[in-house]
Amino acid sequence: MKVVLQNLTKKFPNRDKKIKGEVIAVNDFTFEIPDGKLIGLLGPSGCGKSTTLNLISGLQKPTSGQIFFGDDDVTNLPPENRGVGLVFQNYALYPHLTVRKNITFPLENLKGKDKLTKEEMNQKALEAAKLVQIDELMERKPSELSGGQQQRVAIARALVKMPRVLLLDEPLSNLDARLRLQTREEIRRIQKETQITTIFVTHDQEEAMSISDMIVVMKDGVMHQMGKPQEVYDNPINLFVATFLGTPPINVFDGYVKNSTLYIGEEAVLAVEGVKDQDVYVGVRPEGFILDENGPFSCDLSRVEIMGRDISVVSTHALSHNPTVRSIISAENHINVGSEKVRFALKPYKTLIFNKETEERIYFEAD
Amino acid sequence: MMKKLSNSSLKGWLYLLPAILFLGAFMVYPLIDVFIYSFEEGYNSASQTYFGVGTYNYSYVLHDPYFLQAVKNTFLLVIITVPLSTIIALLISVGLNSITALRNFLQTVYFLPYVTNTLAVGLVFMILFKKTAYSDGFINLIIMWFGGGAIDFIDGPYWAKMFVLCFYTIWVVMPFKILILTTALASVNQDYYNAAKVDGTSKFRIFRKITLPMISPMIFYLVITGFIGAFKAYSDVVAIFGTDLNAAEMNTIVGYVYDMLYGDSGGYPSYASAAAIILFAIILTITCINLLISKKNVHY
Amino acid sequence: MEKNVDYDKIERAAQIRNNTRKTITYVLLVLWAVIVLFPFYWMILTSVKSYSAYNSEYIPKFFTLSPTMQNYWDAFTAVPLMQYFINTLIFTVVTTAIMLVVITLAAFAFARLEFKGKNIAFVIFLSLMMIPNELVIITNFVTVTNFDLRNSFPGLILPSVMSVFYVYLLKENFEQIPDSLYYAAKVDGTSDLKYLFKVMIPISKPTLVTVTILKVIECWNSYVWPRLITDDKAYFLVSNGIQEIRENGFGRENIPAMMAAVVVISVPLIILFLIFRKQIMEGVSRGGTKG
Repeated sequence: MKVVLQNLTKKFPNRDKKIKGEVIAVNDFTFEIPDGKLIGLLGPSGCGKSTTLNLISGLQKPTSGQIFFGDDDVTNLPPENRGVGLVFQNYALYPHLTVRKNITFPLENLKGKDKLTKEEMNQKALEAAKLVQIDELMERKPSELSGGQQQRVAIARALVKMPRVLLLDEPLSNLDARLRLQTREEIRRIQKETQITTIFVTHDQEEAMSISDMIVVMKDGVMHQMGKPQEVYDNPINLFVATFLGTPPINVFDGYVKNSTLYIGEEAVLAVEGVKDQDVYVGVRPEGFILDENGPFSCDLSRVEIMGRDISVVSTHALSHNPTVRSIISAENHINVGSEKVRFALKPYKTLIFNKETEERIYFEAD
Repeated sequence: MMKKLSNSSLKGWLYLLPAILFLGAFMVYPLIDVFIYSFEEGYNSASQTYFGVGTYNYSYVLHDPYFLQAVKNTFLLVIITVPLSTIIALLISVGLNSITALRNFLQTVYFLPYVTNTLAVGLVFMILFKKTAYSDGFINLIIMWFGGGAIDFIDGPYWAKMFVLCFYTIWVVMPFKILILTTALASVNQDYYNAAKVDGTSKFRIFRKITLPMISPMIFYLVITGFIGAFKAYSDVVAIFGTDLNAAEMNTIVGYVYDMLYGDSGGYPSYASAAAIILFAIILTITCINLLISKKNVHY
Repeated sequence: MEKNVDYDKIERAAQIRNNTRKTITYVLLVLWAVIVLFPFYWMILTSVKSYSAYNSEYIPKFFTLSPTMQNYWDAFTAVPLMQYFINTLIFTVVTTAIMLVVITLAAFAFARLEFKGKNIAFVIFLSLMMIPNELVIITNFVTVTNFDLRNSFPGLILPSVMSVFYVYLLKENFEQIPDSLYYAAKVDGTSDLKYLFKVMIPISKPTLVTVTILKVIECWNSYVWPRLITDDKAYFLVSNGIQEIRENGFGRENIPAMMAAVVVISVPLIILFLIFRKQIMEGVSRGGTKG
């Protein structure tokens, strides 16, 4: 099922009654989610991603704009008529019901010709449980399950009615690190098997990048960029998207362009064809540094962290926005730990420059 | 080392001393004493002597028609008011929880009876229900609007008096129950409701399958405290019917205890003790039964 | 777009259902509010009707056009209402004050100090919470009578002081204060008592306020014990005063004056409630066993 959001806007009255006016949680959203894909809604907390999810599920009504599932306008439809499955951040499993009862709960609401017999319900519940591999746990209460198992029950409950769209709110945030890795693979697998259009919300960029077909990066209720994870990472359209994606984060410096050359401080670090003279922010991905004794860019070396396959060179630079400059280079490189300076050359396609006022990306031709 | 330990122990007990003195003198000692009283036959409070030890006091109380009347009244009061007040409180709380406008105001209004003097407001109820030579009273006025005949609720037939008593009791216990239930309802995580809503669960089913089980511990808590409170009814009865409750046929077990102790019919602490212990036994039994039922039915 | 029509219908049906439900809810809620408020209205109304006007109303009127303050004057002059008031005030203040000292010390011992037999003592304290007042009041009556303390403030106050439940409530609150504060104070050479007054009590102020208010309500409304222990009007509390007025009245059945007295003794607590609404409701929902 294709999901289309058109000029979607949601305003809330300000929580603090003393301050008049409204908070715009979602501001003029327009995008189309293709059928059968896994989409990550990504942004820092408070950026409106959960509100977006609630608007799609129908738990909240938009202030203006429209939502389509396929060709159906569902904007004013109550949630139960939309055919959505929703998995809550805290799972919202009914603590007094067994796993089986939790999963069959949505089925028992069906009325009229859709009404199912007990056997059919149990059959469907079992299918859903098998899909998420919890069919052994059907008679347990939620309190007797681990966090990961509870998560699976919640997904099974959302899937049992075969929704047109599956929505997941921060599905991994309540799990520990090891389970998180495992569960995100699981979500990917389930989505692949069922082919249900799935939208999940997360503030963890790594999580979003690793399993999504597409990611949508949001901030302050505004959609900044949408695309395949790698594309967005490689070609962020502005400084926010560039800094939000990637671990370790991108290194940002104050710089300027003069005569089609990019300077950081006194050092001419890169040729940038076709860019006007101006002050810019320079973003360099950690993997964009090449260790080079004759390189144009010099930093004060702090320490070297060896991480097996890679070496992380930690240094400082007076014009850096981050307290340290972090570069990741192959372990085959040899570095003189005793020296005070370290010199780099920069990879052109890992170096991004942004307009100082608008923070928009400035494109240039790399060699 | 030993000395140090006992020193700090001494300090601990020193801080506890005032509490222990108060509790010992006015709770522990009386608790033991009441059992002794209840078995001392023919106790004379003037000379503080008694004839012998035995269960005569209990059998006297159990055969006293006033006591039996009091037991009947108390049980009726309990059986009528506890379920009724709990159900009404539940309805009101659910309603209160579903609205936003006026909610704070109504909550405040509903709580008012809690902070008012039971005796004082009881007097108002008495006047509202009373039929006198000069006036039929307010309630009778309403009854007559609907075509009924005037009834004297205060000095009239037994059922009418019982009605007033139950009505006033419910009025008095309601604030506490509404407060507890609204708090319980508000603490149910909104996500459960959202989850059910996405699944298209009807309001009634949400209430029966999610809300009720989730707040069931609080409901049982209210039922248990409600039973205990209603079994100990006294001052609201006095407020409406005056202190001579035996004459009004409206005495309660606690009222019987106090009447035996003091006043025109008083001076029999032994009978009072026996009656109090019987009351305590009843309450204990009912509470245990309640706890057993709640263990079976409360989900958690 | 045939489907859209279908959706519109669903939407409208949901809207109608919602509105009906809302209306019914409000009607019921307002009805109960009226039931709660009506006695208060009636007592205020009756208290400003004149004696003759009230007695001539065979059908009670819902309002009065000639309010009078005469009844309030009567309430204070014909019966010693002021005396009852002062008695209740003394009783409430002294009982609450003593209780605060006693329970604070006890809660501090249980929460902060280590001593032999602490656990057993605490279990005994807890089990005392279940003892109904009705069971111990008989002996207390005999004790107070034997000590010749009937019709005296010590006789009224002393047996009313202790509330085991509040010890428990306060102890729970004290225990939430991190140990590190205590050890930090110890290192600085602060004595236990000073720590209690300078650190624990200020931190636990909300709970102490709650306990105080609940105890004040309890004292202001107490009826049974004062009734047993006083038969001299000079020591009556307001509850007993009201009962006395009801039974022996103003020499005649003066209901407006009675209502004036009822208004006067109800007002202080209602004002207290309106000021401390939040604390009281929170305290009652937390310390609810006193229901």
